[in-house]
Amino acid sequence: MLRYTLRRLLTAVPTLFLIVTISFFLMHVAPGGPFDMEKGIPPEIKKNIEHVFHLDEPVWRQYLDYLGNLAHGDLGPSYVILNFSVAELFSIGLKISAWIGAWAMVFALVVGVFLGVVAALRQNRWMDYAVIALATAGSTLPTYVIAPIYQLVFGLLLRLTPVGGWGDGSFSHAIGPIITLGLPQLATVARLMRGSMIESLNAHHIRTARAMGLSDYSVVVRHAMRGAVLPVISYAGPAAAQLITGSIIVETIFQIPGVGRYFIDSALNRDYTLVMGTVVMIAVFTIVFNFIVDLLYAVIDPRVRYE
Amino acid sequence: MSEALKGRSLWQDAWARLKQNRAAMFSLAYMALILLLCLAVPNITGHDFTAQYPAYTRVGPSLEAYPKAETLQGELQDVAKRARLEFKEWHQKDGRIFLTVASDKPVDERVTRYLDRSDSFKDAKVEEKSADGLTLVMSAAAKQKYFYFGTDALGRDLLTRVFMAGRVSLAVGLLAGFVAVVIGTIFGSVSGFLGGRTDEIMMRVVDILYALPFTLFVIMLVVFFGRNFMLMFIAIGAVLWLDMSRIVRGQTLSLKRQEYVQAAEALGVGAVGILRRHIIPNMLGPIVIYLTLLVPQVIILESFLSFLGLGVQEPMSSWGVEIAEGAANMEVAPYLLFIPTFFLSTTLFALNFIGDGLRDALDPKDR
Repeated sequence: MLRYTLRRLLTAVPTLFLIVTISFFLMHVAPGGPFDMEKGIPPEIKKNIEHVFHLDEPVWRQYLDYLGNLAHGDLGPSYVILNFSVAELFSIGLKISAWIGAWAMVFALVVGVFLGVVAALRQNRWMDYAVIALATAGSTLPTYVIAPIYQLVFGLLLRLTPVGGWGDGSFSHAIGPIITLGLPQLATVARLMRGSMIESLNAHHIRTARAMGLSDYSVVVRHAMRGAVLPVISYAGPAAAQLITGSIIVETIFQIPGVGRYFIDSALNRDYTLVMGTVVMIAVFTIVFNFIVDLLYAVIDPRVRYE
Repeated sequence: MSEALKGRSLWQDAWARLKQNRAAMFSLAYMALILLLCLAVPNITGHDFTAQYPAYTRVGPSLEAYPKAETLQGELQDVAKRARLEFKEWHQKDGRIFLTVASDKPVDERVTRYLDRSDSFKDAKVEEKSADGLTLVMSAAAKQKYFYFGTDALGRDLLTRVFMAGRVSLAVGLLAGFVAVVIGTIFGSVSGFLGGRTDEIMMRVVDILYALPFTLFVIMLVVFFGRNFMLMFIAIGAVLWLDMSRIVRGQTLSLKRQEYVQAAEALGVGAVGILRRHIIPNMLGPIVIYLTLLVPQVIILESFLSFLGLGVQEPMSSWGVEIAEGAANMEVAPYLLFIPTFFLSTTLFALNFIGDGLRDALDPKDR
């Protein structure tokens, strides 16, 4: 187990390296730079600024510098959001994004798994159709439709929760983002769970368990769900990484000061260090969550062993 | 005898099975209807999709013609105000509208053009003029306009715009989906068929591209291709081929061990010939299924980009643009959000059902 963990961590390094390398050069090939303002600044000032940030050096030099700093855990200063380092921006925003994302994931998993199981147990009855309808709606209604409708209904008409903003960071501000972020995931989880649960309920070991006279609860929860939850878990890994690193749509609509908006803003501003920081952050979370998924597999499915 | 024994092809079989699937058949009919509407409606509404009617911004969906009787007075008062004349009286007679205006200086007869210039009236002329020239009676016909879906914040007909947007969304979905499928099929089948080292390298390339943040890729494409949105979506199609190439590679690996492929090899058919004649035709099922599932993905992606302002540019529109505008005007005019959302969601629904139906029909073992 320990050896497996170490090996996984070692293979993560070249993956990360490749992602960083490709993104870095992709970013620098794009026309424009972080200090190409619409109004234009005097060339000598621009030259000074670029000198301070080492942007006047050849790209390969900048690349090696960046790699060196990254190896020391230094993500560099943001070029556009002045006086902030990328790490500082993340330490402020990531807390909020991760908190919302984690709750959204819990919401999606708990409700999604429950609905999926219920649908599978009541296959082809109205409950099943209701879950299928919800799952299809969740994957065809875009977040940017659900979010304004939520604001309109719960924020403006019923006045149950704030329309947007983060305020003092109380839970009521987070309910809207959590629900709108979680719904599409919930839909996918319910669909996956329903499919694998139906398969699992038809398996031989379930027939045996029933023949042995185990209670319904025991058959469903201890035996059928255990196998059926595996596809959900492999889906949940990357999905959790995605949710925790923030969503631009939800954060823009609800005016949440998270990290989700940095990716697109910084790419459009050519804020090189912030783009690279976001790439690294997302990659690290994806790698970590995939690793957790693999470990969970071994815990849930005794046939999976990492030697 | 030999004529009577005609075998059923895979496609005839699949079609027979698909016909049993009510949801898929209904979706197919719905998609045909949407396509027809998108092609026809913008040409027959009588409104250009860029035409703005400043007098009718955000008027609600209605089957009645505009101008409505209850708003006529206000509009006539506006006309009088714009002409710097005093509004006296108005009435309707024989389908024409009569407007009496007055001023403390003699009224110029050319003021009729103020009526013609507004969105609601046409064919204005002077009916009578008082002896001192201080009051004038004009008559005009009402310009009947229909806005069945209402108008947007700039006073453009939503019916025309929604289906114009539908053209763009569907075209983008089909185009990018097609590009992705073609690249994925060629890459995957070559990789699977050649096998060995080549396969290893080609699949590693796919793995690495997979690991790259997709959004960054798309934004870089937007930056490179700018406002040329057709080119941009061809490029997006070129990014979405990864899944397709994996599916095709897996299929190729199993197909190339089939007896008929070995027979073709023994007969001396070249690699390209085998791929073209035996392997790719036998994979058309999964390819078609994947294409129908890819099109809605591209449509969602396009609407996501348009929502962020990176996609289709004004005055062209897409469902994503319409939804973004609708969300901005949601409080005053909720129909601006609901109508485009309805068409986007039902189209995605239908495409998903068609995809699922095709999967069941073409691959009955799978279920």
